[in-house]
Parts: sequence; C-alpha cells; structure tokens
Amino acid sequence: MSKSTTLRMRAGMESLHPLMEAVLNCARRQNFAPGRLGELELVLEEVLVNIIRYAYPAADGEIEIACELVGEEDLRISVMDTGVPFNPLEKSDPDLEASIEDRPIGGLGIYLVRQLANEVRYRREGEKNVLTLAMHRDPPAAREQNN
Amino acid sequence: MDVKMRKEKGAAVVSPVGRIDTVTAPEFERTLTGLIAEGETRLVLDLQGVDYISSAGLRCILAAAKLLKPKSGALVFAALQGPVKEVISISGFASLFKICDTPEEALRQV
Repeated sequence: MSKSTTLRMRAGMESLHPLMEAVLNCARRQNFAPGRLGELELVLEEVLVNIIRYAYPAADGEIEIACELVGEEDLRISVMDTGVPFNPLEKSDPDLEASIEDRPIGGLGIYLVRQLANEVRYRREGEKNVLTLAMHRDPPAAREQNN
Repeated sequence: MDVKMRKEKGAAVVSPVGRIDTVTAPEFERTLTGLIAEGETRLVLDLQGVDYISSAGLRCILAAAKLLKPKSGALVFAALQGPVKEVISISGFASLFKICDTPEEALRQV
C-alpha cells in the first residue's frame, strides 16, 4: 500500500469535495478520530476554497494535493497551484476582541487553519504556490484543553 | 442543508440541518437576510442539527449581525454541537454573541 497519494484537478468548486476526500482517506488510514477528521476537513476547505476563488482570476488552472503518511500518527499535506503568488500566512490574525460593527467579514478562514493545523508553511517555488500542512492525530497543544 | 424556520415569542428561530460550508452558505445567508428584510430583529440560531461549520458560515452570521445592529436587533446561538462549538470559540464569536444550551433559553435571552 502506497504511503502517499497525489491528486490533481481543475481549480473549480466541483473539485473541492474530491480533493478533500482524498486527504481524508489518508487520515482515516492513520486512524484519526472523528473530531480530528472534522478539523482536517475544515482546514482543507479553507485552503482549497481560497485557491479556487483567487489563484486564477484570468483563466482556468489546476490544484495539486499530495498527502503523505508520516510515522504512525502524522500526515503531511502539500497543496500546490500555479496561480498568482499568494502567501496566506502574511495576513495578520483577525482582532477577536473587536465589536460586531468593527469585525471584518473576512479573514477567519486562514486563522482557523493556523489554529487547527500543527504546522503551516508557505513557499513560492518557481511558478508554484506551495502550502504545506502538518496534521497530527492530536490537535496543537494550545487547543488541547478545548477538545 | 435544510433550513427550518419558526416564529415564536416575537423572534425567529432558524434551525439549519446539515453542514454550513462554502457550498451551502449562500442559501443560509439568503434565509438570514430574507428574515431581516421582512423586519425580524430577534433571531435565534438553533444549531442542534449542524455538525460542521466553516468560515463561509461564520461570515453569513457576522453579516446578519451587522445588519441587525443598527436595528437594535440581536442574534443568539442555541444548542451548539462539539465541532461547531469549537469553531465558534476559536473565532472569538463567543464574545460577540450570547450562546444558550437550548432554543427555549435563547428565546428568553434574545
């Protein structure tokens, strides 16, 4: 059984669930608990929807997702596109103390990703945006008390 | 996602069932903005039947709350389930909205 899975699809909304499902299947093989699978699902939706919406403003493009099982309890996920250079990690965190009037409507997605993934990194590699995510079977330490 | 709706004690109780994600959020948002356009100012979001919410869903809720604010309206959450409770808490929504255990309690609070 292969330890890694790669899937490349058109960057369109119709690809969202197949791409998510490919990675969720990897996580099931690492025996992720249902709660952690739900968190992974959320991380994937946020990352993929960003690319589908913004990476290719002018033409069609593709998303490639690769998922590798690491050790007994980790997943390493790479998400690649050849769209406009975009580092989602440059966005500052939303002001969680702001009032309803002052809270901006956007910006929560990537914040959720940073809170739920154990590690998120971005690099521009030639013409590619490469986002790598580490997901452990257990959530990041800072969140454990809430799980 | 299905959205059930009932009016009770001068408030609208909105009960989505299923997932509130990028795909279903537009329908959910239409329900909320539709109610506000009809003049509802007190909304109870009964999330008993929701097991997944992404930032797309949070955005609809925040947008509805922004519409309610100048009308002195309110939006109260009820019956959050585990994963949804976690997302609401990470997002800081717990400091923006009242969160009740049941829709009945939310109706008293809204």
